[in-house]
Amino acid sequence: MAVLTTAARKTTPVPTPPRGRRAGGPRRTPPLVLAFVLVPLLAEAVWVFWPALQGFYLALTSWDGVSAPRFVGLANFREMLHDDIFRTAALDTVLWLVLFGGLSALLGLATALLLQQERRGVGFYRAALFLPVVFSLVATALVWQAIYQPDGVLNQLLQAVGLGSLRHAWLADQDTALYAVIVPALWRQIGYVMVLYLAGLKGIDPALYEAAKVDGAGRWQSFRHVTLPQLRGVNAVVLSVIVIDSLRSFDVVWSLTRGGPYHSSELLSTYMYSTAFQSLRLGYGSALAVVIFLLAFGVIASYLVRAFREAD
Amino acid sequence: MTTRQTSAAALRRRRLSTAGFHAGAGALSLLWLLPIALVLVTSLRSFDDIAAHGLGSWPRSFTLGNFRQAWVDGGQQRALVNSLLVTVPCVLVTLALAAMAAFGLSRYEMPLRRTLLLLMLGGNLLPPQILLIPVSKLSELMGVYDTLPALIGVQIGFGVGFYVFVLHGFMRSIPVEIQQAAVVDGAGPWQIFWRIILPLTRPALAALSALSFTWIFNDLLWAITVLRTDTKMPITAALIGLQGQYVSMWNVIAAGSVIAAAPTVAVFLRFQRHFVAGLNLGAVK
Repeated sequence: MAVLTTAARKTTPVPTPPRGRRAGGPRRTPPLVLAFVLVPLLAEAVWVFWPALQGFYLALTSWDGVSAPRFVGLANFREMLHDDIFRTAALDTVLWLVLFGGLSALLGLATALLLQQERRGVGFYRAALFLPVVFSLVATALVWQAIYQPDGVLNQLLQAVGLGSLRHAWLADQDTALYAVIVPALWRQIGYVMVLYLAGLKGIDPALYEAAKVDGAGRWQSFRHVTLPQLRGVNAVVLSVIVIDSLRSFDVVWSLTRGGPYHSSELLSTYMYSTAFQSLRLGYGSALAVVIFLLAFGVIASYLVRAFREAD
Repeated sequence: MTTRQTSAAALRRRRLSTAGFHAGAGALSLLWLLPIALVLVTSLRSFDDIAAHGLGSWPRSFTLGNFRQAWVDGGQQRALVNSLLVTVPCVLVTLALAAMAAFGLSRYEMPLRRTLLLLMLGGNLLPPQILLIPVSKLSELMGVYDTLPALIGVQIGFGVGFYVFVLHGFMRSIPVEIQQAAVVDGAGPWQIFWRIILPLTRPALAALSALSFTWIFNDLLWAITVLRTDTKMPITAALIGLQGQYVSMWNVIAAGSVIAAAPTVAVFLRFQRHFVAGLNLGAVK
């Protein structure tokens, strides 16, 4: 183990050169360069920063989108406490985070471990798992909707293997709708997570595994004591990607069930959208968006702290 | 004698593990490709065939008519044009703006540059839900609601931060000496940007354009937030419309899905290496 840890320490990045040297260019920033930075910043300010500030303000109002917004303080958030649909959507979002997030991380890592070795044919297997990543979630959803149909492949398969009693209208049943939506989302996400882990695995110094072998570590031990610690950086990225993606998830649910039946597959994101743009309760919708923001904020903040350290 | 025996045993074991690997990975790939194969087959079957035998049955018909129906009657042709009218300018403008900002932030001593960089990245990490209502109202105010420029604007504004962050990381690693030599030779910032830094950033730009093409092309949420008229919708939104229009006509819906997925799959197959590199650029740094 001693060999292992010293070897591991050796691969940590070399100390960064003193600040200021890196930029190198002239001390005074030329006006053109200033414009280079300010124009994109302006574009983002108009379409992101300013709307975001408005979003926070609108959360404190009651607004139908036609007459002027009426300031109501925290009334929208108080209403959430008694809103059953909100409770369902919040619980489903947590379930989505755990199931969709957890399984895509686990299975992404598992497939990456399986397909990490460069050997004949591995490129094809990787591409097969990765192909769904480029599909739109709408197209993905429709493909799976065909599979879930009463006369679809899944039910016919169940029938064929003698489990006909399990046949089901998967998307129309309150008990199964949410899980039926998670499967296509996973089908698409696992390949993406796999790519992240493949890159991470490639970055591990082979000498570490040699050292572990010399120390008498078995497969499991070298996975536990070499692979996992070395993947810490990738894990942080995967976790951030997953949490942010989970809270943003909208397309796949919207095109499969629109949150139904009876809100059984409702996520905070779909509830926010339908509250705002179908019920036209823009103030309450904004308040729901603020809740989503607060949930994402912890992750965003830690991601930014990481990025802050690296950008130095 | 004994060594030869053990090496033969080792060889057999290796062969066995290789066979095991291919069996496992092959089965997994097959499972993954099955839904894609299903939609391809369904898009080529006739409605009567599906109605009579079910979606999961072996195909007994072959027709290309479904594609015609989705393309012409289903309005997918127009939707695809809309998608490309949004996606192509978005990719070009976002990357141009991001490259400019990343150049300034990474190559010059600028006050607040780290703060600006992280502010821009932070904007991209915001959940879009907090922006939906204000953005739809803003586009009404600017008189561009329900037009493609509104969608282009918001896609650029929301996307640019991430690309700045990635390109900044890439440009930072270009040696200072190259730039100093150019300054000595009398090159201005524009020449340094255009003739030196940008060409050296090409791999990252290629990766990001492959990635952003699929992201923008596949977007649904921004499109249904700032657009209203059916004929202006991009292909993702049109696909949902198609599903409403051809309820349970799975042959047409499947053909529509194939049409909607074809451009991004083509980009993926053509630029696979760049594409995968792009996913890693932003993450594993």
